[in-house]
Amino acid sequence: MRLLTHNMLSSNIKGVVNGFPLRIEAEKVVEKTVEMNGDFLKKMFEKVDWKAFVDASRAMGYNELPEEADPSMLDSDEFLNNFHHALLELHLEEGALVCPETGRRFPVTKGIPNMLLHEDEV
Amino acid sequence: MASHKQLPRTAQIRLVSSHQEVYEPCDDSFALVDALLADRNNLQEHHPSLCMEIGCGSGYVITSLALILGQEASGVNYIATDINPHAVEVTRETMEAHGVGAELIVTDIAAGLEQRLAGLVDVMVVNPPYVPTPEDEVGVEGITSSWAGGENGRSVIDKILPVADRLLSEKGWLYLVTLTANNPSEICQQMRKKGYASKIVVQRSTEEESLHIIKFWRDVDTVGDEPDQSVSGFIGSLLTQIRLLSYWRGTNSDKC
Repeated sequence: MRLLTHNMLSSNIKGVVNGFPLRIEAEKVVEKTVEMNGDFLKKMFEKVDWKAFVDASRAMGYNELPEEADPSMLDSDEFLNNFHHALLELHLEEGALVCPETGRRFPVTKGIPNMLLHEDEV
Repeated sequence: MASHKQLPRTAQIRLVSSHQEVYEPCDDSFALVDALLADRNNLQEHHPSLCMEIGCGSGYVITSLALILGQEASGVNYIATDINPHAVEVTRETMEAHGVGAELIVTDIAAGLEQRLAGLVDVMVVNPPYVPTPEDEVGVEGITSSWAGGENGRSVIDKILPVADRLLSEKGWLYLVTLTANNPSEICQQMRKKGYASKIVVQRSTEEESLHIIKFWRDVDTVGDEPDQSVSGFIGSLLTQIRLLSYWRGTNSDKC
């Protein structure tokens, strides 16, 4: 699971009001290099919740993202490279996503989060 | 496959992974991929950023879409979900075998994504469980979830449509597999009320079933609450597809 996906995922347990962002428990993080596409990054920059993204990247052991970001930073190659790396090249391979409200853990196995709810959570 | 010589590569059956609890690619999967191939020029010019499959099963369809549209270098990213954990695992293997990848999530339809992914999906492909079955077979564990569609095969389709509407971007397209028993014209009318135009991209009849692959897109001129127009729109789109249908009829005798 990439941080792009983490930024789009919320806990949807019945009764949970603020299910975003899920806290990351990282057991194994892998890096997979992919080609950069600036247009894609610029488009996603508008959609990403930056604070959740930075916190998630730190939980994955990556500390190169600034606390705050604005669109003018996209002109910097260094920023773009780091944004690309954190968004698309870091993968949570093993670990869990934790609901911020209930503490319920959603396991991540072989890079795949399991968001299925138990009967009493639907 | 000789007739597909000039077409882009799609997923190869010998590279598609399998599991006893996962639906294998069959007529419906092939019809959906043929629809994507038939529409490939439009898809490429559409420049989607995020593509999504709900109910990815073996991974045959999302792999084919990734081969048609390219990956990160082309600025395209893929998300695929399935309620069956085995299916998501098999999809991962199928994609890896073809050298492509998607973000995979085990979830019911798009639960967990509806809030933050809203309005971001440019292309959605869905081959839903469309077989009419008793209602209590819907969503049970394992391979049954891949086909059991409840009354008229509509139970899951009717849950997916509002989710698709929520997730699709302004320019978003949805490709949906339906069976005649699902009453596709009524599905089109329902979507018209939400502001979507529709057309049949591929129609295919086998001994057992008659399939329609319908494409939906947001249309500013499509006004809801006009049932007459909905019906003529559906039939009109049928008529405009006749040339395409006769083309496809000639090329698909080798499936299943």
